[in-house]
Amino acid sequence: MLIAVATIALLALVAGLLLSLASRRLPRKESDLVEQVNELLPQTQCAQCGYTGCRPYAAAVVSGAAAINLCPPGGDSTVQRLAELLGREALPLAKAVEPAVAVIDEALCIGCLQCRDVCPVDAIVGARHFMHTVIESECTGCELCVAPCPVDCISMRPLR
Amino acid sequence: MRALRCTVSGGLHQHETPEVSAPTYDLGKLHGGLRLPGHKAASTAEAIRDVPIPAQLILPITQHVGDPAQPVVATGERVLKGQLLARPAGALGAPVHASSSGSVVAIEPWPVSRRYGDQAPCIIIECDGEDRPFHTTVDENYLELEPEALLAKILDGGIVGLGGAVFPTAQKLMQARSCKIEHLILNGVECEPYISCDDMLMRERAMQVLSGAQILMHAMQIESCYVVVESDKPAALASLAEAMAALDDARLVLKQVPTIYPSGGEDQLVQLVTNREVPSEGLPSDVGCLVQNVGTAAAIHDWIIGHEPLISRVTTVAGEGIARPMNVRARIGTTIADIVAFTGGYAEHADHLFIGGPMTGKSVSTDRVPLVKATNSILVVRKTSFTGRELACIRCGDCAAVCPVQLLPQQLYWHARADNENRLRDFGLIDCIECGCCDLVCPSHIPLTANFRVAKGRIQELADEKARAARARTRFEARNSRMQSEQQEREEALARQIATAKRAGPADIAEILERRKHKKEDD
Amino acid sequence: MEFARRSSPYWSARVAVPSIMLQVLGALVPAAIAHVWFFGPGFIFNVLVASIFAVGGEYLVMRVRKRPPEAALGDYSALVAAVLLVFALPSLTPWWVTASGTLFAIVVAKHLYGGLGFNIFNPAMAGYVVILIAFPMHLNLWTAPRMGDIDYQYLTVLQTLTFTLTGSLPDALGFDAISRATPLDVMKSGLNGMQTVTEIRANPIMGDFGGRGWEWIGNFLAIGGFWLLIKKIIRWHIPVAVGVGLLAPATIMYLVDPGSQPSPGFHLFSGATILCAFFIATDPVSGATSPKGRLVFGFGIGLLIYCIRTWGSYADGVAFAVLIMNMAVPAIDLVTRPPVVGHSNSGGET
Repeated sequence: MLIAVATIALLALVAGLLLSLASRRLPRKESDLVEQVNELLPQTQCAQCGYTGCRPYAAAVVSGAAAINLCPPGGDSTVQRLAELLGREALPLAKAVEPAVAVIDEALCIGCLQCRDVCPVDAIVGARHFMHTVIESECTGCELCVAPCPVDCISMRPLR
Repeated sequence: MRALRCTVSGGLHQHETPEVSAPTYDLGKLHGGLRLPGHKAASTAEAIRDVPIPAQLILPITQHVGDPAQPVVATGERVLKGQLLARPAGALGAPVHASSSGSVVAIEPWPVSRRYGDQAPCIIIECDGEDRPFHTTVDENYLELEPEALLAKILDGGIVGLGGAVFPTAQKLMQARSCKIEHLILNGVECEPYISCDDMLMRERAMQVLSGAQILMHAMQIESCYVVVESDKPAALASLAEAMAALDDARLVLKQVPTIYPSGGEDQLVQLVTNREVPSEGLPSDVGCLVQNVGTAAAIHDWIIGHEPLISRVTTVAGEGIARPMNVRARIGTTIADIVAFTGGYAEHADHLFIGGPMTGKSVSTDRVPLVKATNSILVVRKTSFTGRELACIRCGDCAAVCPVQLLPQQLYWHARADNENRLRDFGLIDCIECGCCDLVCPSHIPLTANFRVAKGRIQELADEKARAARARTRFEARNSRMQSEQQEREEALARQIATAKRAGPADIAEILERRKHKKEDD
Repeated sequence: MEFARRSSPYWSARVAVPSIMLQVLGALVPAAIAHVWFFGPGFIFNVLVASIFAVGGEYLVMRVRKRPPEAALGDYSALVAAVLLVFALPSLTPWWVTASGTLFAIVVAKHLYGGLGFNIFNPAMAGYVVILIAFPMHLNLWTAPRMGDIDYQYLTVLQTLTFTLTGSLPDALGFDAISRATPLDVMKSGLNGMQTVTEIRANPIMGDFGGRGWEWIGNFLAIGGFWLLIKKIIRWHIPVAVGVGLLAPATIMYLVDPGSQPSPGFHLFSGATILCAFFIATDPVSGATSPKGRLVFGFGIGLLIYCIRTWGSYADGVAFAVLIMNMAVPAIDLVTRPPVVGHSNSGGET
């Protein structure tokens, strides 16, 4: 009886040691994980999470510097998927946002290029002193163009 | 053929083997399926009756799969029977024609069956009762036409798949032309219970059905045609056999298949008749087959030879909520209410209205919806008496035994509940034909088909989201690299300037100053 | 006229889980009657105790899970598990032994895993194994079957009831006087003692195939099982596969050496073979789901039963065989997945 108990205990100890060695010697490659997290993010590049783009946020999430619920355009579903991928708790979104697209009021636009240069996905077309317009299908709703406009002609229109 | 005996309320459908001799020995194998009670006797007792032209015709602009059509008439215009009302806007579509003569009183939203009773744009015609035709008869033999010209003509007739899928026939044929088609298969199977419009059509208009098949064979240069009918339609088989004998066309072969639901599905029929599997997300044309409903074939005959575009169709009116079940021929645009009133009105227990059959039909909220090209059956049934709870899946495996596509509905259900789109793709959710067989055998009464519909929508949604995100990422990375390269160019230019400036001697500086002076003078 | 909308298909199955469970119970009735006839009324008392604890346990655990108890009680699966467990127990079993096995089966093996449809292990067998390990002495208290020609003191109904409630035998009798080895026990100890099969078969407890009384219960269980097959409550794959898995090695070994190997018939009619083949292994929740998978599952169970009976230290290996194969079910399901139509090749002949 004693021998049986000792044998099982020894087996368990050995297995545990092997597992901890494996987790230390064969860790997940950091860059792979950042890439995986980046894949799950919606790529709006809006900086609402406090980081300059989606990839910097992904890197921060992997390193543990950022929480997983800081991405409003991703919504709850992204928080869930990040929680599953990283094995962390799925917190509620820090700030919710409605999907929207930017619209330029053409009557007010002065063609100053301020909004075009700041759009992270090049969704605004225009040239100096020519009319600017937003390509609706490419706009991710990041709102980065709203502030720089000197005549305040950009507004966000909710989708649907 | 593995078929599960299904004890659906109403008992099993017992049919006698008909004496028609049509070969059944060389059929392929179909997995699963169910023998369902037919409920077709009541609606096939009398001949097809013609519904008179109603006072008002409501024609939805889009009665096909594909891009919405655009109206070419305006309010107030007078139109004749068969006149073009709406033209397809994009590559995939079919025109809509006026079902009778009259004047267009409005082009506005109206409840339609395609949207389950919600509204869609419709052209509303006030009929003058005279029924004057637009197309006059032209003395033209279709056999003299080139196949391409014939296909273009079919497009103009507004012909769509009348089996219920309403895929524009001309585009289907044009797509199939890019493959080598060996067999034309005329689908007279009509496996879903209650529906009998194709049965009656084959009984009464077998010659027109076969003529349509011949037109198709000429247009597509096909040399072999199988006309497939289920064994519970002896009268239709006899009528077709007689017509074939009269036509004496060796290319036409009559085939009889056992009465198993869902043998009438396109992919299932191809497998049954030719023993070839249509590849996943592929088409029958990938395996050299072209499937057309018998109603579509008759409509092609009516247009090419009779010069009447698709403006009417045969539809079954049946169910416990119908006083006198029957088959009727009605003009496209007649409201369901008018049709039911013509047949004798509703009976007691008219609780649900299905456009289509009890397994795959669309539940519509109002009978104001008009008859459209897709309306193969009007089914009014009572509320189900079953009030059992949905239990957990007990992993009995009966659903997998009856699935005609050999899926594992049990696994699909678990993964649909977990919203796991990778697994759903892995287990083949996209191949589900939503036939409903799995629902009928589940002892836990799980609404599997509804779950799969929702899951398919969800997967599509996620795929769209991912595509959007990928596009945004590509643009973001392109912009980044562009800005980086601009930055690099600027730095290089600056470095070159500095290098040039460092090497410059007094003579060069004097030259530069001279140039500057000249420039200032020019300005 | 307006209508209510409904998702299609409009029909749903007529067969339902509660009626399936009741039919399984019905199929067990002939065997239950035979059991009572041969081994006395202890079976009935055990069934009562097991049912009370199964239903009560399920009710309490559903309350703890904050679910409506009718949701679980309404499908009668707890009763089926309880009755199958009792079939595996001797007719003389104190109530606390039956109760602890039943409670473990229902509360732990079924509900702690998620309830009906989510349990990995067969609840009845899990409960039986717990009893076997926790109360080994009580599971040796098998009584002798009713026969005219054995010098045996049968207990009356009242004495049986007293034992079930208190665990104490009437004064004049001790455990050794009452208990008799089962046919499998006799066979195993005889073979270990180097007797030949013929000599062992001379023991009066042995009947034509298996043990007296036992083989009759086996017959009735088989009748119940065939009835379930006809009604399509169960499919043929698992019973046949269990049979083949057990009888194939048994037949081979018997042909090789009839003197020291029991006959296939003996294996078939002894112990819980038929109960397992038709009622226990066919539990849909813990078994494999694809037809091929079920053949593999059943064959594995049969093979393991043979191995445990022949080389293991337990007389009957049904419970362990079933539990081990339950563990293998996810792998079996993965490997035996049928190909979806349209994926086998790109548009060729099937």
